[in-house]
Amino acid sequence: MRKFDTKIQHLKYKVLREVAKQAWNDTLLENVLKIPEIIVPGKVPTMRCCVYKERAILSERVKMAIGGDKDNPNVIQVIDIACDECPAAGYEVTDSCRGCLAHRCEDVCKRGAISFDHNHVAHIDKTLCVECGQCAKVCPYSAIINRKRPCQIACKVKAIKINEENAAYIDNDKCTNCGACVYQCPFGAITDKSYILNVIDLIKKSENEKSYKIYAIVAPSISSQFTYAKLGQVISGLKKLGFHTVVEAALGADMVALKESKELAEKGFLTSSCCPAFVKYIKSAFPDMQQYVSHNLSPMATIAKYIKETTENAKTVFIGPCTAKKAEAQLDTVKPYVDAVLTFEELQALFDSRDIDITELPEDVLDNASYFGRIFARSGGLSDAAAQGLKEQNIDFDLKAISCNGIEECRTALMKKSKNVLDANFIEGMACVGGCIGGAGCLTHGMKDKAEVDKYGSEAYEKTISDAVSVLK
Amino acid sequence: MKVTVCIGSSCHIKGSRSVVEQLQYLISDNNVGDKVELGGTFCMGNCQKGVCVNVDDEFYSVTPDTVKEFFETGIMAKL
Repeated sequence: MRKFDTKIQHLKYKVLREVAKQAWNDTLLENVLKIPEIIVPGKVPTMRCCVYKERAILSERVKMAIGGDKDNPNVIQVIDIACDECPAAGYEVTDSCRGCLAHRCEDVCKRGAISFDHNHVAHIDKTLCVECGQCAKVCPYSAIINRKRPCQIACKVKAIKINEENAAYIDNDKCTNCGACVYQCPFGAITDKSYILNVIDLIKKSENEKSYKIYAIVAPSISSQFTYAKLGQVISGLKKLGFHTVVEAALGADMVALKESKELAEKGFLTSSCCPAFVKYIKSAFPDMQQYVSHNLSPMATIAKYIKETTENAKTVFIGPCTAKKAEAQLDTVKPYVDAVLTFEELQALFDSRDIDITELPEDVLDNASYFGRIFARSGGLSDAAAQGLKEQNIDFDLKAISCNGIEECRTALMKKSKNVLDANFIEGMACVGGCIGGAGCLTHGMKDKAEVDKYGSEAYEKTISDAVSVLK
Repeated sequence: MKVTVCIGSSCHIKGSRSVVEQLQYLISDNNVGDKVELGGTFCMGNCQKGVCVNVDDEFYSVTPDTVKEFFETGIMAKL
C-alpha cells in the first residue's frame, strides 16, 4: 500500500508523525533534539553525503513541523541547507553535441547566439541568448538542454529567486502560498509550515469535549485521497482522533454558490474568491482587478463561520489539500472562524501518530452538501455551481464563465480582462492545475482524481444547492 | 422555546431536511414563530436515534413521518 507519491512526502510524513507522537505523550520538549536521530539512526547515509547533514536537515524539518520560523510570515519556507543549489544556467550545450555539419541550432537561432569551436562543437553566447529553446528542439542529438531549477519551473508566478549563496529563496510579496514548489522540489528543500501541534493542543484541551467541541471541516477533494480506505473510514478515524464531528466544506461551497451567483448578477463581472492563492495572485499581480474579487468568504470560512455562530464554544479545523488555506486562515477576516488548518499529508501523520489504522474502522457517513458544492474541488466545478445558483434563484443573467485551470490560465484571463478583451463575465480561478485535487497537500496526485470527485458529487444525498442549504436557515 | 434539529451527516441522510422544512411550515402555519426559535447543529452525538431534535434541553427522536405528532406533543403542548 503506497500512501504518498514521492519519497520527499514520506520523509516529511515521518517527521510529522514523530513530532505528533511526542506531542501526544507530552515528551516533545525533552525529545525534540533527538527526533533527527530517531529518523536517521546509525552511520550510513541514505539521502545525503553523511548522516550528520541528513540530521541537520531533519532538524530543520522538525522546526517546520512545529510551526516554522515565526519571523517569516510566509507559510511556505525554504530550508536553505536542504537546497541542492541545482544548476540554473538555462540552455546549455552538453557533451552529446557531436559537432555535426548541419548546424540546425545555428540556423534556427534568431539571435545569433550559437557559435562553434575548432571541433565544430556548438556554444551558446549567454549575452545574446533569450532562452527561447528553439535550438534544443531542432538538435537531432538532443544535445542542448535547459538547466532550470524544478522549483522555478513549478512557480508560475516567478516568486522563486536565487540568493548570493546560490540557494533558492522566496519573494514573499509574489508568492501565492500555493505550494507547487513544495511538491516539485526533488530535494524537499521547500516546505509548508505545519500547525499539527495546534491541532493536537486543541484536541487535548477539549478534554473529551468537556471544554469544547472540535469540528473537522473537510474539503471535497478528500474523495480522491486516502484511496487505500473508504471515505467513511476516514470519518471514523477523525472522530477517533477526538473531533466531535465532520462537516463538508462543500456545504460552505453550496452557500457560496448561491451568494456568489447573486453577487455576479448584481455587479455584472466577478472573479471567484474560493481559491486563496488566486485571490492573493490578483492582489500582487493585478492590484487594479481587486475590485472584481467576490466579497464572499471562501467555502471553508463560510461553513466555519456558520458553525461558530450557531454552536457555542465550537472550534474548527479545516482539513484539505491546500497550503494556501494555511495563509488564508491567518487573514483577519477568516481568523475568528478557523482555528487551524491541516493538509491531507498531515492528517495521515496524525492518524499514524495515534496508531489509528483507518482500514480497520467501521464506515461512518459524510453527507451535508449537494453535488454542486462537492464539485468545487475540481476545475470547472465552481462555474457549474454558479450557473446552477442563478437557475435555482431564478436570476436572469447571461453567465459567461471562464474556468481557469492553473495559475497560468488565470494570468491569461486577468490580462485579457485588464485590457477589456475578455469574453466572459465570471472568472473561476484555481491556482492549482486540475483545481483543489491538484493541491500541494494531497497525499497522491492522480489522473483519476477528477472522476473521483464527480462520482463523490453524484453520491450526494441532496441534488440541488437550495435543498442542501435549506437546513441552515 | 429553542428547537434544535441535528443537521449532521447521519441525521441528514435520515431526513433532517424534511424535518426542518415541515417544522418551518408548522411553526408559521400555527403562528408560533415568535415563541419558537428553530435552529440547526452538526451532530448531537446520538446518531442511532436520528433525526435528533432538542427542545430546550429535552431530547426527541423524530422521523420525517412523525414530525406532525412531535410538533403537537413536543412543541405545541409545551408552549
